[in-house]
Amino acid sequence: MIEANALTKRYGATTAVNELTFTARSGRVTGFLGPNGAGKSTTMRLVLGLDTPDAGTVLVDGVPYRQLKDPLRTVGAMLDATWRHPGRSGRDHLRWLAATNGIPEKRVDEVLALVGLTSAEGRRAGQYSLGMLQRLGIAATLLGDPRVLLFDEPVNGLDPEGMAWIRQLLHALAAEGRTVFVSSHLLPEMAQTAQDLVVIGRGRLIYQGTMDDFVARTSQHGVRVRTPHADELRAALTGQAEFTESDGTFVVSGLDSDRIGRLAFDAGATLHELSPITGSLEQAYLDLTREATEFTAGAGR
Amino acid sequence: MTTTANLLRAERIKLFSTRAPWWCLALAFAAPLGFTALFFALAGPEIPPTVGNTQLASGNGRTVLVVLAILATASEFNWGTMRLTFQAVPSRVPALLAKVTVVGAVGAGLGLLVGFGSWGLATVVAPDADLALHSGAEWRSVLGQSLVFLLAAVAGVGVALLLRSVAFALTVVLVWTQVLEGVVIFIPGAGKHIYQWMPFHAADQFVGAGGGLGTGALQLPAAPLGPWGYLGYFAAICVALFVAGVITTARRDA
Repeated sequence: MIEANALTKRYGATTAVNELTFTARSGRVTGFLGPNGAGKSTTMRLVLGLDTPDAGTVLVDGVPYRQLKDPLRTVGAMLDATWRHPGRSGRDHLRWLAATNGIPEKRVDEVLALVGLTSAEGRRAGQYSLGMLQRLGIAATLLGDPRVLLFDEPVNGLDPEGMAWIRQLLHALAAEGRTVFVSSHLLPEMAQTAQDLVVIGRGRLIYQGTMDDFVARTSQHGVRVRTPHADELRAALTGQAEFTESDGTFVVSGLDSDRIGRLAFDAGATLHELSPITGSLEQAYLDLTREATEFTAGAGR
Repeated sequence: MTTTANLLRAERIKLFSTRAPWWCLALAFAAPLGFTALFFALAGPEIPPTVGNTQLASGNGRTVLVVLAILATASEFNWGTMRLTFQAVPSRVPALLAKVTVVGAVGAGLGLLVGFGSWGLATVVAPDADLALHSGAEWRSVLGQSLVFLLAAVAGVGVALLLRSVAFALTVVLVWTQVLEGVVIFIPGAGKHIYQWMPFHAADQFVGAGGGLGTGALQLPAAPLGPWGYLGYFAAICVALFVAGVITTARRDA
């Protein structure tokens, strides 16, 4: 579990993270979403103790990161896949990292096999493609078999096959009861990957909850109803909900599909279609972040 | 204790898993020996064949060692591996101590090789000269390189921690060792006195390298410190650079 409480980080006059409070639960993949410059990477650096917050706290499994003994055994984090010496082989990169926390060398072979880099382990990391670097970075996070995992944009530079592989890996890690906290700007990928969401804009929390609630809460698109008995349905809906009508197709807002179905049944109207118009994650996200941006721009002037 | 061993192991793997340190070590060993051989084979009476003068060229190896220390440290900032190190060792200081221990040990070993190598090669090139190690001062010339090189490596790590950039740190150190230390002597009046407090001049004074040459050709005033005083002075500067580097690195956002 990751618990941030009123986390604040300023760089000079800029407030990168502003009283950010959120929780990433164990056994779940938590997506960390926000436009560029929203403070996602800064937040991750604060979680890992790389940067010191100006105010607030963040705990990993109940402990500040800097108090963890052999932290790689508790937290695996990949903030930037290019953090490696280009002249060092992938295997040596993992060997030194494992050594710092007393992780046995055979674990290096295991994680190399797990990410499919065994055949390239002796090559210098400067010759790796970005996709291979992502795999190397992910291998590094798994070295200590940690309960908490953080990934900053892990699918960057991966082909569709690689993306699917990461998605499955993240799901598998969460299914084993681990906390998986992953940032991405790729919304469709996030929709398929994350179960929970933390959305930030301009360093502030915009939304925290489940992916399903996020989409539902921000979609105000109503329910589409199609019926050959337009008169009966119109009579039943009048006074109960707002609706628009054309050619026997109604778009109803203010009532969920269960209650509309019940009303139609009682009115004797046959329904050919009764479908909630769900907003896409992308739409919901754009709606929310636009509000945040407008708010900030308005407050600034 | 096991933590210390783990960190030393990690730093050892880091240092020897890239090519640059190997090249630096080869050069840092070969250059002083090569120059020493040339001096003793070709030089006339201006460089008398003494034990102290077998160490005349050791400064070249020392400078290359400082380059190695900078590469091993500052490149970690350039490539982001320092942040990974701090992820693994969030208190930071133990990891930096492990690094300076490994780089310093390499420096001490190299200093031993350069010291005895230069002296041994000189005895071969100039078999007629009396280069036997009779006195404590002569032992200090040869064996003392180990201490000087160790401290130079510590200074290199310190400068790299302070400047956090390979290019910046190399520029500063090379301009210092190759240009500034030698140029201050030309400042009218005070120059010769300032020169006597230059750190690498202090190191040379400890091992007696170029002692005769320096006071002779450069007409320096009497040395303000004895050899061991000079070693203490050099050590204080090197350790201060390292401590300053550690303190800023531990406090700074990574």
